[in-house]
Amino acid sequence: MSHDSHGSAGHHELTWTQRYVFSVDHKVIGLQYLITSFIFLLIGFGLMGLMRWQLAFPGTPIPFFGHLFSADLAPNGVMSGEFYNALGAMHGTIMIFLGVVPLAVGAYGNYVLPLQIGAPDMAFPRMNMMSYWTFLPGGLLMLASFLMPGGAAQSGWTSYPPLSIINPGQTVWLLSMVILITSSLLGAINFLVTTINMRAPGMSLWRLPVFVWAQFVTSVLLLLAFPPLEAASVLQLMDRVFHTSFYMPKDLVILGETYSGSGGGQPLLWQHLFWFLAHPEVYVLVLPPMGIVAEIIATNTRKPLHGYKTIVYSMLAIGFMSFMVWAHHMFISGMSASLGNFFLVTTMIISVPSVALMTCFVFSLKGASIRYNVPMLFALAFIPLFAIGGLTGLPLGMTVTDIYLHDTYYVIGHFHFVVVTGSIIALMGGVYHWFPKWYGRKMNDTLGHIHFWGTVVTMSAIFAPMLFMGMGGASRRLYDPTSQLHNLPVQGWNVISTYAAYALALFQLPFIYKFFNSMWNGEKTPENPWQSTTLEWACPSPPPHGNFEKTPTVYRGPYEYSVPGRKTDFWPQTDKN
Amino acid sequence: MGKYAWSLPVAASTYAGTIDFGIWLIHAAMLGIFTLWGAFFIYLLVKYRARPGVAAVREDHDDTPAHISIPDSFSKFPFAQMIYRNKGELKSLIPDAIILTFEVALIVFYAIPVWSNIKSTVPDTKDAVLIEIVAEQFAWNVHYAGPDGKLGPRKVALVHFSNPIGLDRNDPASADDVVMGNELRLPIDKNAVFELLSKDVIHSFFIPEFRMKQDAVPGLKIPMWVKPNRLGKFEITCAQLCGFAHAHMRADVHVTTQAEYDDWYKSRLATMPAAETASNPSEEF
Amino acid sequence: MSQPLNPAAFMNNADTHSGVTNAKLGVWLFLASEIMLFATLFTSYIVLRMGATSWPWGWDVLNVPLATLNTVILITSSVTIVMAYAKAYDKDKGGFQKWMAATILLSLGFLVVKGFEYGHEFALGIGPHTSVFYAIYFTMTGLHGIHILGGIALNGGLLYMSSVEEHWTHPLFLGRVEGAGLYWHFVDIVWIFLFPALYLL
Repeated sequence: MSHDSHGSAGHHELTWTQRYVFSVDHKVIGLQYLITSFIFLLIGFGLMGLMRWQLAFPGTPIPFFGHLFSADLAPNGVMSGEFYNALGAMHGTIMIFLGVVPLAVGAYGNYVLPLQIGAPDMAFPRMNMMSYWTFLPGGLLMLASFLMPGGAAQSGWTSYPPLSIINPGQTVWLLSMVILITSSLLGAINFLVTTINMRAPGMSLWRLPVFVWAQFVTSVLLLLAFPPLEAASVLQLMDRVFHTSFYMPKDLVILGETYSGSGGGQPLLWQHLFWFLAHPEVYVLVLPPMGIVAEIIATNTRKPLHGYKTIVYSMLAIGFMSFMVWAHHMFISGMSASLGNFFLVTTMIISVPSVALMTCFVFSLKGASIRYNVPMLFALAFIPLFAIGGLTGLPLGMTVTDIYLHDTYYVIGHFHFVVVTGSIIALMGGVYHWFPKWYGRKMNDTLGHIHFWGTVVTMSAIFAPMLFMGMGGASRRLYDPTSQLHNLPVQGWNVISTYAAYALALFQLPFIYKFFNSMWNGEKTPENPWQSTTLEWACPSPPPHGNFEKTPTVYRGPYEYSVPGRKTDFWPQTDKN
Repeated sequence: MGKYAWSLPVAASTYAGTIDFGIWLIHAAMLGIFTLWGAFFIYLLVKYRARPGVAAVREDHDDTPAHISIPDSFSKFPFAQMIYRNKGELKSLIPDAIILTFEVALIVFYAIPVWSNIKSTVPDTKDAVLIEIVAEQFAWNVHYAGPDGKLGPRKVALVHFSNPIGLDRNDPASADDVVMGNELRLPIDKNAVFELLSKDVIHSFFIPEFRMKQDAVPGLKIPMWVKPNRLGKFEITCAQLCGFAHAHMRADVHVTTQAEYDDWYKSRLATMPAAETASNPSEEF
Repeated sequence: MSQPLNPAAFMNNADTHSGVTNAKLGVWLFLASEIMLFATLFTSYIVLRMGATSWPWGWDVLNVPLATLNTVILITSSVTIVMAYAKAYDKDKGGFQKWMAATILLSLGFLVVKGFEYGHEFALGIGPHTSVFYAIYFTMTGLHGIHILGGIALNGGLLYMSSVEEHWTHPLFLGRVEGAGLYWHFVDIVWIFLFPALYLL
């Protein structure tokens, strides 16, 4: 009745492999990304679980798992410095590049974006499939590095040379990054062309849901910021494999031996190129979750978002400014002090749209009729918790106070508050919010509440102590924090963080169980269980191939709730009357 | 260890107090902002919870494009348009404006001058102790210039486990130089001027009590300074991942009286090796 | 203005919000990312050269005549690929194949000349490890060469497709040729910057 398949023989019989493995349907690909990235998140979490034992009880054998590791990783079950550093570098890499970004962009973006703009699929469905099937091998190669000679990368996810040139494991890391970056670029092109060209009639830019704007800005960041890291990684690969000296200065003497390269390179060059990507990258981590929060809040306050245009302009401003603040990660790096002043000012400027955006979320609650369902709990928790993350960025972004706080646990506390209690909380909320669309069923409310409260409390209990540790001057990336005297007064916090982390793991069990169980046994829901106005709710749950029976026409903005004089308190975008 | 300290360690240098002031001021502002917004947030959550029979109330300056026909592209002057259409909405940006004013003041009156003082200006070495710190995996080599105020030159070819910084003892400037591994001693109330280098990878020279931190980058010679104003023993730690034993790269800092410092220096100088011949002198590194 | 439901049908539709087809927009966005890639390498070149204690003059150590020949070859190939597009537009299969084959031959010629250059350097024991100058020279020309290879594969694929009736008459074929042309011009432009930056300065 509706359509033919894309360019193939015209009939609709797809093999099992075509339907579920190499699918070109954005919804299947979105769910592939969802499951895969959650698995990677769990793996990254597991790596951290091992690290947390060593941090709380340094020098003691790791329970249950200690004896599984070889003698050079953990002799007698006690974690070695190399193993700790490898776990640390891989934890960061996996969480960012295999976890949060594929989840926020690959999963949510893929599934929801075409629906919200009224498109039948992405602009390039086959390239979409290639994105996923480049992401997965890249991720697996990254994980496989643990099993290779020398082990996994152990120079931090930041991979600063010269250490990253002489340390083991880095080459596979770099190759995996090149593959993952390719996947990201293919995805970004797809999202941008889809959003620009394939909006349904009547879906003007100013009628786009905030989630779509967030994905749009994110895709621009990915498109333009990843290539510099790719180039920088190529240079680092050249240094490692072909013994060039892009990053290696002259006259290096490493553990007594003179380094044999030609010299003449600059370690700071890597830092500039790396952070040129990695700063926009953090906005990639946070903008889609903010988009999710916007959707959930609009739906559950039953009124339009406060300051829709402010939110959109703020996101555009954040995207633009994100390319101009990178060296606030490098105040102490040895770059010139006046550069520090420049980036101090740009960093302050970028805080303006961020605060404006959060203000709009808070003011959206004024005059609302707030429904406290599980997705709304997550969306609301995002606001104060992300705010803590954002506020702790202030002393870090200020040059003078960063002298003390740089590379301490304060930094770790700051970025985990924004990414974990910020982005990941929002992403979990998104699962509860859109699960009915993906599977036509709801997730259980009671377990959802348990999951919510347990997660929020334990996450805060892991990372708040880190802020105190940082104030005490505790440095990052120390496999044995007690070997430095000034860390002893704050060591107790490490124990609290560790127990909170293990408790956090336990509270994910109801979530994981219910996610899979609800696919079959969840309470069946109608097409639009949340009575939401945006287009993804105007098609069956789950949507069929091609999404809409016929192309929707859009008549109004995305958040027409509680319009006076109407029978219901929501007016879907695609309803004529 | 059952320790739960939450505040800064003791301040032991002249600029430590200034940095601490900034940290406390910003945190006071952060706490104030968070408490005020938090209270407002909770108030909204309670007051506007869904109740039967009570509908949500749209704001009267809603400009969602249902009511306004806007061309399908950005207007020529987006900010002017935005400001005009969202006059009411702009009230909610007042908190933003207050925070921004605070930040600008902090930058202009605090951050820029203090940053310049700490990182851009280095005191005259005439009346200061001059020290070269050569970081390596995994130790801090401390090279004192001595009373002559001149650091002896270093050469790669001379680097040896008994001469980790490759100091050319033949040069007259090296005659009164002391080289220590992992021990920094400073006289109180006197400027100490450093040149920070690294032999292998990036390290970071961090003394928490001095509020002093600077990355040591191979290929660069980075100046830094401090004026300790408290007697005692403090700690140097490495604050940039430098390898598998990064956690162990620490050293002690002893701040003593000038007299104690001079005595110590004389006794250490007596143990330094005599001038040696270099087999292959090459460029200073 | 009802949009068709099938994404494939979008592909040839230039009546879009942006005014270009999906494919063309996609190619432009891809080129934007490629500009960032090469811009990073150029920036690194500038930073490394400015920070270096010594740096050879390009004309002293590299083969400027050969590189000039390569520049002429590449610019000519940009002209031939435009001719190929023009022939495809006119549905002139023979003409298209002639000009596309010329483009591919010229590209291969570029690589052969490059091979001579590299071979000469390797024979002298010079490689990327020799100095930072050679490191950046080999890396940038090498990456550019990989892009030339990609272009040869792309253009070769189109040449082959033109011999298959189903592909030659496919509505999307002309757009593919145009996209390949855009990519090829980009590769040419990178060389136009690379040549003076490495060889003449």
